[in-house]
Amino acid sequence: MHLDPSPSHGGPAAVSADVRRPDGGRRALRIGLGGPVGSGKTATVAALCRALRDEVSLAVVTNDIYTREDAEFLLREAVLPPERITAVETGACPHTAIRDDISANLEAVEDLEDEAGPLDLILVESGGDNLTATFSRGLVDAQIFVIDVAGGDDIPRKGGPGVTTADLLVVNKTDLAPYVGSDLARMAADARAQRARLPVVFQSLRGEDGARDVADWVRERLAAWVA
Amino acid sequence: MSRAALLVLADGRFPAGGHAHSGGAEAAVGAGRVTGAASLEDFCRGRLHTTGLVAAAVAAAAALGVDPVELDAAADARTPSPALRTAARKLGRQLLRAARVAWPSGELDALAGTFPKGAHQPVVLGVTALAAGLGPADAAYCAAYESVSGPASATVRLLGLDPFDATGVLARLAPEVDEVVTRAVGTAREAVGAGVDALPAASAPLLEVFAQAHAGWAVRLFAT
Repeated sequence: MHLDPSPSHGGPAAVSADVRRPDGGRRALRIGLGGPVGSGKTATVAALCRALRDEVSLAVVTNDIYTREDAEFLLREAVLPPERITAVETGACPHTAIRDDISANLEAVEDLEDEAGPLDLILVESGGDNLTATFSRGLVDAQIFVIDVAGGDDIPRKGGPGVTTADLLVVNKTDLAPYVGSDLARMAADARAQRARLPVVFQSLRGEDGARDVADWVRERLAAWVA
Repeated sequence: MSRAALLVLADGRFPAGGHAHSGGAEAAVGAGRVTGAASLEDFCRGRLHTTGLVAAAVAAAAALGVDPVELDAAADARTPSPALRTAARKLGRQLLRAARVAWPSGELDALAGTFPKGAHQPVVLGVTALAAGLGPADAAYCAAYESVSGPASATVRLLGLDPFDATGVLARLAPEVDEVVTRAVGTAREAVGAGVDALPAASAPLLEVFAQAHAGWAVRLFAT
């Protein structure tokens, strides 16, 4: 896990990456999901909620750019009760809210733990952004970068911080590959070259249990978190 | 006193949540009241001399050691819009988080204990200034400048306004920021002996009304 030792001066906890909550309990594991607009972040979050909600206590923070659309999608799909979904407003800069100034997101995760807790897992979904948008390690413990085959099969080759450094790269909508002329083998080879030993998952959420691999990866992170 | 500490606190990149707020500019743009650099300047001037002055005075008073609980209540009384009260406390909580890491101090810890969900942002700003070794005028400068810099940078995003023009607006308002700070610090010093009623209560009714309406917009870029 990526935790900085927190400076402490004897007062109530203030530092974002503290593993312990002020009451001494372990805080929830926080996993960020970022990636370009329309790549399937919200659909992946919804699928993860369905896969994991019976095993762990979880909640979601969405970062919509100009609406509450993503939060409302999750509510409409009823993947979680409403009190477990919070929307953060990002002032036209989704990457600022997950990287440069994480205060509103930290407030959201802490409020969820206070009001809907105890929680094991919080998924923090970024607003759709560009290939350079990554999460601060002060906000999340691990991050998933979601791209899709229809966005161009050259994205893994182009790289960028999301593709190269995310703890998990998800290539979504593989069912569309034949229709948009994307070469999945080439995408896989490019991703391997960019990411050394970091994992890549190819998925289609159209089929049954489409988010199985990502859910398994999250389960591994959870097991390591509570170990 | 460290000049550089003031630069750290006043930096627009100080991670305290301000980037998600337009200071009423989004509502004013939506109403067709801010359409370019000239109307932005009018908007900012109005905000500076009303809510900007009040925020500066509250921040200065907090930096002079006036009781934060009384100041928070005074700020509430000067903020009719519930949406703006909520936003001011959220911003206060966010500033407090950043401030406690930047300038760890007993005063900031005590403030967090008294207001776990946040005090009005100018109250936190004043206590932060204290913790950073700054004075009441510094706190007032941060509050007064923020009251105009927030709408200016938001308008660049909302209207595609030329960023040089937006910065020109701020530069032209600088002498008035000086005046507002002088007035704010004067009333804050009075409040030390006479209580928080000595603080100014200038308000901008349209800002409050628009903020309340803006909070109900289904599609918006900024939180306020």
